[in-house]
Amino acid sequence: MADPSSFAPPSRIVVAGASLAGLSAAKRLRQLGYSGDLVLIGDEPYPPYDRPPLSKQVLTRRLSTDTTLPQPRDLDIDWRLGVAARGVDLTARRIDLANGDALDYDRLLIATGTRARPWPKPDEASIDGVLTLRGRDDADRLVPRLAASPGRVLIIGGGFIGCELASCCREMGLAVTIVESERVPMRRALGERIGAFMAGVIRDHGVDLRLGAMVERIEADNAGAVAAVMLKDGKRIGCDLIIVALGAVRNVEWLEGLGLLTSARGLRCDAFCRALRANESPAPGVFAAGDVAHWPLVANDGHLVTVEHWGNAVEQARMAAHNMLAGDITGMRIHQHLPDFWSSQFGLNIKCVGLADSAEEMAIAQGSVEGRRFLAVFGRKGRTIAALSINSARWLPAYRALIEEGAPFPPIEGAVDQPRMRKEAAGFASIDT
Amino acid sequence: MSQDTLFARILAGKSRPNPYPLYAIMRKTPVARQTDGTYVVSSYDAIYRLLYDPRLSSEDLPPPLLHWTGNPIKDLIIDPIKEQIRARHRPFIFRDPPDHDVLRRRVMREFSPERVRAMRGKTEKIAHDLIDNCQSREQIDLVDNFSYPLPVTVICELLGIPREDEPQFQGWATQLATALDPDQRSDEENWKKSQITFDQISAYMQALIDRKRADPQEDMLLGLATYKDPSDGRMNNYDLISTAVLLLVAGHETTVNLITNGMLTLLRHPEHLERLRATPAMAPRLVEELLRYEPPVHYRTRLALAEIEIGGVKIPKGTPVVLLLAAGSRDPDRFPDPDCFDPDRESNTHFGFGGSLHYCVGAPLARIEGEVALVALARRLLNPRLVETVPRYHPGASLRGPRHLPIAIDGIID
Ligand SMILES: Cc1cc2nc3c(=O)[nH]c(=O)nc-3n(C[C@H](O)[C@H](O)[C@H](O)COP(=O)(O)OP(=O)(O)OC[C@H]3O[C@@H](n4cnc5c(N)ncnc54)[C@H](O)[C@@H]3O)c2cc1C
Ligand code: HEM
Repeated sequence: MADPSSFAPPSRIVVAGASLAGLSAAKRLRQLGYSGDLVLIGDEPYPPYDRPPLSKQVLTRRLSTDTTLPQPRDLDIDWRLGVAARGVDLTARRIDLANGDALDYDRLLIATGTRARPWPKPDEASIDGVLTLRGRDDADRLVPRLAASPGRVLIIGGGFIGCELASCCREMGLAVTIVESERVPMRRALGERIGAFMAGVIRDHGVDLRLGAMVERIEADNAGAVAAVMLKDGKRIGCDLIIVALGAVRNVEWLEGLGLLTSARGLRCDAFCRALRANESPAPGVFAAGDVAHWPLVANDGHLVTVEHWGNAVEQARMAAHNMLAGDITGMRIHQHLPDFWSSQFGLNIKCVGLADSAEEMAIAQGSVEGRRFLAVFGRKGRTIAALSINSARWLPAYRALIEEGAPFPPIEGAVDQPRMRKEAAGFASIDT
Repeated sequence: MSQDTLFARILAGKSRPNPYPLYAIMRKTPVARQTDGTYVVSSYDAIYRLLYDPRLSSEDLPPPLLHWTGNPIKDLIIDPIKEQIRARHRPFIFRDPPDHDVLRRRVMREFSPERVRAMRGKTEKIAHDLIDNCQSREQIDLVDNFSYPLPVTVICELLGIPREDEPQFQGWATQLATALDPDQRSDEENWKKSQITFDQISAYMQALIDRKRADPQEDMLLGLATYKDPSDGRMNNYDLISTAVLLLVAGHETTVNLITNGMLTLLRHPEHLERLRATPAMAPRLVEELLRYEPPVHYRTRLALAEIEIGGVKIPKGTPVVLLLAAGSRDPDRFPDPDCFDPDRESNTHFGFGGSLHYCVGAPLARIEGEVALVALARRLLNPRLVETVPRYHPGASLRGPRHLPIAIDGIID
């Protein structure tokens, strides 16, 4: 359905969420020659900054907590920082701010991302020494705590951020425990096999890694500071600092009940980055990008995905910017991005292209697992859908091209440093659609 | 013009002075099959992709040539074993991961920034000494008098090879450079000579390393010999020798050609020679542009371990692949006005040093040598002029450069 008013070129574009996706969209809009009003609303008081270093070099104090993203000088943005967007009127095309202001828009980009999932029991979550990590303020709280040499750091959750945190702790010589309910760490992104490999690496670095374990309760001492956790199986682990790393919650509450299609998985949008209404038709002039978006991935047979990675936030925002200026659907482009991410921890550089989590099978295509330098490929229905490198990133572009071409699985038979290839079960939970 | 014999024309000696028009035709078919089954890759994009493709191997040395001596023990036992050892310990430019990476890592360690930086002063001294030797001459041969001796002296200094052994090294390096050059490697007579040279240089290196172990001094060779890698331990003697020889050879003729091509280009573009004389600080940009515009290494060969589809062409498994780096560095899709020599280019990501895992280990040193040499020549040669418009070239099409470069001068400036 064409939207008649979208043929007029926009003269005011409002972006809700002033972080990676918001800034990337703003830069792209200006690059494409958009010269109208451009408003960026962000509830954090800071100009857009970069999050990946916060769980890496910032904690070991190799970088400061000021990770402000570089900005071209001539962006000409009307910044509304330190104030949250509170609601949208889709018919009047107006966005309301928490300070009572209201702004009309021709196009609206929703890029409000996610926040750290808090510890579910509020009384325990508020104990002194129980922290989470998502933004600069979190890092500002965490850095001095780590620098004060706590006796033991306990991390609840063995996902990427939890494991990166543990790696920093070990680098600083701190005793650290990870409590993870799955049988392997980072299983959702890496699967059983690679997850098991990572478990070995993590333990080799002296982390007390408790797998298949759940924290039941957080305990404080008499002074009200954190003292220990009690596990489901009754074991007690003393600790001086707890970091809750249980993943992210999408910032969509402010959109609920306004006619947009939201859920715990984010704000639904189509492949053109247009936000959808409850009846799945695009909301006029409204787009979404980044961690908050829940969208159909062409490379994944159109399955709906949420991608919480840096590369997608940038690419999706750029595509949304393009489509905001496109007029009608004939000028719009599909966001076809093949998701990718990286992580650095325990001396390893981990990189992945494609979403491995829907894979049925996998194989080590190059290098050796024992040597901690290898490339794994993942397949579904006979096609290669993802490739993951451990300290072998140089080969990934070739695999990316093969994945984009829809190469069979395994994609390559005959490569330098290729072991005898053996297909194995990928070890992901069944895909939820 | 037929595409499938174009590479043969590029290899022909008469193309040596100016192969670039042929490269431009070649690029019209970025991945072109030749009549002998070889595939030649000439566009920037395709070369870039293939440099990072795991299906291409660098282990493409020709099969060993075993010569019958009539002595059965030597012919049937000793020589084949020797050949096997040699193949297993070939220099790492001809090896694939994981062995390549381990050896390369050791060498990178030795190329520490401090050690490389310290070479600048030493290189300046060497360059000025060579120019001093040309006092009271009206004509010099830039190759014999300057470009040729400079890199050997530098690399001997770096490795820690005694000065008095240098002349011997020059001869060895020249012979062995032909073994790196794909088009000369296939010549049987020449290959045999290289093997004999390799035996001689191996024996020399072995003795030298033993002496160094007995009387340790701070240099690269000893560093390589004594370093214990956390996962791989100490380097074995075969790898040590093949690596030392590689450093000598890979850094020799290439650098000679950089300097010679550089001076030739400057004499053909006198405004840039003048600028360099007035502003030595532009030397780094100038050297970078030379590496794009007149690179010392024109192509490298690889072997396809599996079928590779690129740009709509299928390269079959087992096929030799020629990466025509010098054509990629002049690809108009990547470099605006590619045939113009312009040191002020915005972005200059040329293939002069290759790319990816075999990217030149000696690049920082080579840059210093190029900068120092050209600045010294620009400042000290009084009124230099080309004697011939087109110099005579070495036979090599890959390691391409003038055999002689006569230059007329009005004197040497102190
Ligand atoms: C510690 C950490 C490490 C990471 N490491 C990696 C990594 O190594 N590799 C990788 O690929 N990815 C990594 N990521 C993920 C990556 O940072 C995210 O994908 C990226 O930040 C998403 O950008 P975004 O702009 O969509 O959302 P966000 O960065 O979450 O930004 C959303 C912004 O909107 C604001 N906001 C929310 N609600 C409102 C509202 N109602 N009104 C106004 N503003 C609002 C938020 O405060 C926030 O500033 C990491 C993330 C974290 C937290
Ligand atoms: C201007 C001078 C030089 C040029 C143009 C040059 C060019 C190159 C190129 C193109 C390669 C890639 C080969 C391939 O991909 O197959 C290479 C590799 C190499 N070069 Fe250089 N080189 C120069 C000087 C040097 C010097 C001074 C040294 C050492 C002292 C050196 C040592 C090496 C080594 C060891 C390799 C192999 C790297 C590997 O296989 O990992 N080079 N060089």
